[in-house]
Amino acid sequence: MTSNGKPKFAMYWAASCGGCEISVLNIHEKILDVDANFDVVFWPVAMDAKYKDVEAMEDGSILLTLFNGAIRNEENEHIAKLLRKKSQILVAFGSCANEGCMPALANLSPIDEIVKTAFSTISTDNPNHIQPQTSYQAPEGELKIPKLFPIVRTLDQVVDVDYYMPGCPPESHQIAAVIDLVIQVLQGKAELPPKGSVIGAGPSTVCDECTRKRGLKTIHEFKRIQHVQIDPEICLLEQGILCSGPATRSGCKALCPSANSPCIGCYGPAEGVLDYGARLLTAVASVIDSNDPNEIQHIIEGIPDPVGMFYRFNLAGSLLRASKPAWDTK
Amino acid sequence: MAKERIGVYVCHCGTNIAGTVDVEDVSRWAGEVLKDRGVVISRDYKFMCSSLGQELIQKDIKEQGLTRVVVAACSPHLHEATFRNACKIAGLNPYLSELVSIREQDSWVHTDKAVATEKAKAIISGGVERTIWQTPLDPLKVPINPTTMVVGGGIAGIQAALEIADGGFPVVMVEREPSIGGHMAQFDKTFPTLDCSACILTPKMVQVGSHPNIQLLTYAEVTNVSGYVGSFQVTVKQRARSVNVEDCTGCGICQEKCPKKVIDEVFEAGLGYRKAVYTPFPQAVPKYPVIDRENCTYYIKGTCKACEKFCPTGAINFEQEDEYLTFDVGQIILATGWDLFDARRIPQYGYGRLANVFSNLEFERLSNAAGPTGGKIVMRDGITVPKTVGIVHCVGSRDKNYNNYCSAICCMQSLKFAHLVHERTGAEVYNFYIDMRTVSKGYDEFYQRLLDEGTHFIRGKVAEITDAAREPGEEGKLIIQVENTLVGKQMRIPVDMVILSSGLEPRHDTKEVAHLFGISCSADGWLLERHPKLDPVATMTEGIFIAGCLQGPKDIPTSVAQGAAAAARVVGKIQQKEISMEPIKASINQDKCSGCRICNNLCPFNAISFIEDRMVSEVNPALCQGCGTCVAACPAGAISGTVFSDQAILAQIDGLLLKNVKPLELVAG
Repeated sequence: MTSNGKPKFAMYWAASCGGCEISVLNIHEKILDVDANFDVVFWPVAMDAKYKDVEAMEDGSILLTLFNGAIRNEENEHIAKLLRKKSQILVAFGSCANEGCMPALANLSPIDEIVKTAFSTISTDNPNHIQPQTSYQAPEGELKIPKLFPIVRTLDQVVDVDYYMPGCPPESHQIAAVIDLVIQVLQGKAELPPKGSVIGAGPSTVCDECTRKRGLKTIHEFKRIQHVQIDPEICLLEQGILCSGPATRSGCKALCPSANSPCIGCYGPAEGVLDYGARLLTAVASVIDSNDPNEIQHIIEGIPDPVGMFYRFNLAGSLLRASKPAWDTK
Repeated sequence: MAKERIGVYVCHCGTNIAGTVDVEDVSRWAGEVLKDRGVVISRDYKFMCSSLGQELIQKDIKEQGLTRVVVAACSPHLHEATFRNACKIAGLNPYLSELVSIREQDSWVHTDKAVATEKAKAIISGGVERTIWQTPLDPLKVPINPTTMVVGGGIAGIQAALEIADGGFPVVMVEREPSIGGHMAQFDKTFPTLDCSACILTPKMVQVGSHPNIQLLTYAEVTNVSGYVGSFQVTVKQRARSVNVEDCTGCGICQEKCPKKVIDEVFEAGLGYRKAVYTPFPQAVPKYPVIDRENCTYYIKGTCKACEKFCPTGAINFEQEDEYLTFDVGQIILATGWDLFDARRIPQYGYGRLANVFSNLEFERLSNAAGPTGGKIVMRDGITVPKTVGIVHCVGSRDKNYNNYCSAICCMQSLKFAHLVHERTGAEVYNFYIDMRTVSKGYDEFYQRLLDEGTHFIRGKVAEITDAAREPGEEGKLIIQVENTLVGKQMRIPVDMVILSSGLEPRHDTKEVAHLFGISCSADGWLLERHPKLDPVATMTEGIFIAGCLQGPKDIPTSVAQGAAAAARVVGKIQQKEISMEPIKASINQDKCSGCRICNNLCPFNAISFIEDRMVSEVNPALCQGCGTCVAACPAGAISGTVFSDQAILAQIDGLLLKNVKPLELVAG
């Protein structure tokens, strides 16, 4: 890799969907600024590169690495550790790297169950019940695929992380702002925030950016959006729609609530909150307006899939991190 | 953070702790292993709460320059204040001390000494970690409103109100029924002295009614309570009496002329009638009647108005409406009393099905000279005098099918009934008891008197009361089937009349009352005192006291004593003129608050308000009691509570898990 004098930039995807990469490309012509100011040395989705090229780089030679995706398998962990070593600034980019996101909902099940489900459901065409092996002796030699870990982890549960950029995916305007900031820092016009900061997001919660009218909250029934005519003016939670906005970090301009859809919590916990799901759960439980245990039970039954609702993005990053069966898998 | 100098003190509590926990080992461990965490001294002592134990702490604070104190002893309920005060005297901010429980949460609940010792170490480790995060706090002083509200006008409430009012302080008394007096007003005689109940009660009722320091509200209920000790705001619903009390003279003409008779289920226990416009009994206080709108012909059909026609002062007011009144009071005494166990729930005793099975309240009215029979003890037909009477003790009490507890008054009440039946009818009386409990002054002497009077006492729980005759001599009688456990024999005893000594139960709406006033109930449903021995009339909510049977079954002398005790507590507080409030408060970080309003209607003390123009919520520190409800509920983590910060709690958990001394590797994979 030849040096052109520009600082080096890398981006990587571990256990993720690829949405984060698309969001980066959605910054449109701003991507030219990235190219003008950085030498992109490693970005599997955008350019060809080999792991051995990265391994060959000098430690700390990459200025900025945006790492998206959770740590699901040995390969994810290996590259996370590798990029940590090679990078000056490592950013946990997007919900998966920050808090586990959807892939971490697998932490509710042991791996054998996950694999079994993936390869033998009724909709799976797999007559010989073939399941993946971590190693296979082919005529050409041993073939290996990375081993799955019992639980999905966040990036900072594996390596030291400098900054956190939440969102599923991070909003493009926030990415553009962060890139602008880094460029200004390079030009000596600005300073980096303290290590460990959350960047590309607001300090409070989605409600702060939401324009809906807010009154006192008293919930008698939880409703799903397909079953009701939503009032476009009034707070969704007050309408009985389980909106995660009160617990979710601001930064998205309340995109979902402004489209009559409840916030699902992709920007993760607000500043200083340790367990997003527990926070949201106690908040929602607090506004259920009944003292009758049977009625309360009935109201709560209106929440389908509570773990998926309250820990949709945050299971790996929560205090519990996984259910016991998943944790126990060795 | 500057490293703290922490002192750890492990209490033996005699053998309460030292019997199950190796306190010397725990103390040595804390001194050595927690040294890195700032522990500079660790001691064990026989009774930390003794003055010598406290002096030990004070000496160390001064000589060793301690900045934190962790005492491992009993529950904070008991001695948190003791040790905080000890620290304060020695010049250390009291909130920099921490009392961790190795008695209630350790020695008392374990038998294995090795395990309990390890647990004590973990608990202390948690306390040490937590205390590092504490900050000095100063108590808030607030003035106390000298007015007291007494809720419930039975004998306990009456006593409390009079004690306070006589002490020169204003009282607002609220009673649900049209008159004060409570259950005691229904009784004929009181055990064991057989004083006339009305004769000793009514003078006190009159005093309440005429006392210049007492504002009496009857036919009224508390609907809302907010505020805190020293400054409660109470909303009272004054139900419409349909009588202008300013004009009414209590002459009683309206009651005489009212054509509508109603069965009196409350005062006469269903044995007698009252009118639709009524006072429950002639000596009622206040003297003003009420119109029972559910039964009044005018309210049902729109015509009648007999009372209005005959009222000499024009006091009847059909248009009167319910009123909501608010009162500012400093303290509240609850004395809402009890409900009678409904003996219909024991079908084999036949109450409600067999005519001559009576409840105890019915018998009280039957034997009362002012009752529906003028004190004649007769059977349900109203004329026949019974020749044999059976009295069943423990109905619905000491019975795991109904209530486990002893109702405390039934033995003596049943003996009183036996005596009255003897005296007035000469009938043979059989008392069926499980155990005879006559523990108070003069009670057992009364039992001896009954034995001399020839009452038959049969020790055994009654199995059944039936009118199905099986043997000659049983026809037309009620037969009591019982095992006499003293002779080990089944018996069938035919009687003319049965009196069931039903037990006492919490008022049907005790739970709502508890919720309204922010206090708790025991598993049996009685209201919970702050400490069963040492603080029997206070509750866990500052400024709210309880007296009488709402705390558990008790007799009249005990209820009176509790009423007076609650009054003494209240007056003591008023004399202090201001109250030091715990500085444990919640506060909202205005930068983090997004104004989602989740917390707005959670605060039991109404301390949170929403500031419209800035779109944030705020806590009023004078109203906040530091309960933590909003801290837990805030989805943004914008509310924090002093002393219970997230850092302090998480540090304590880490300490409990000994992560501070041997970090655990928890990550799988």
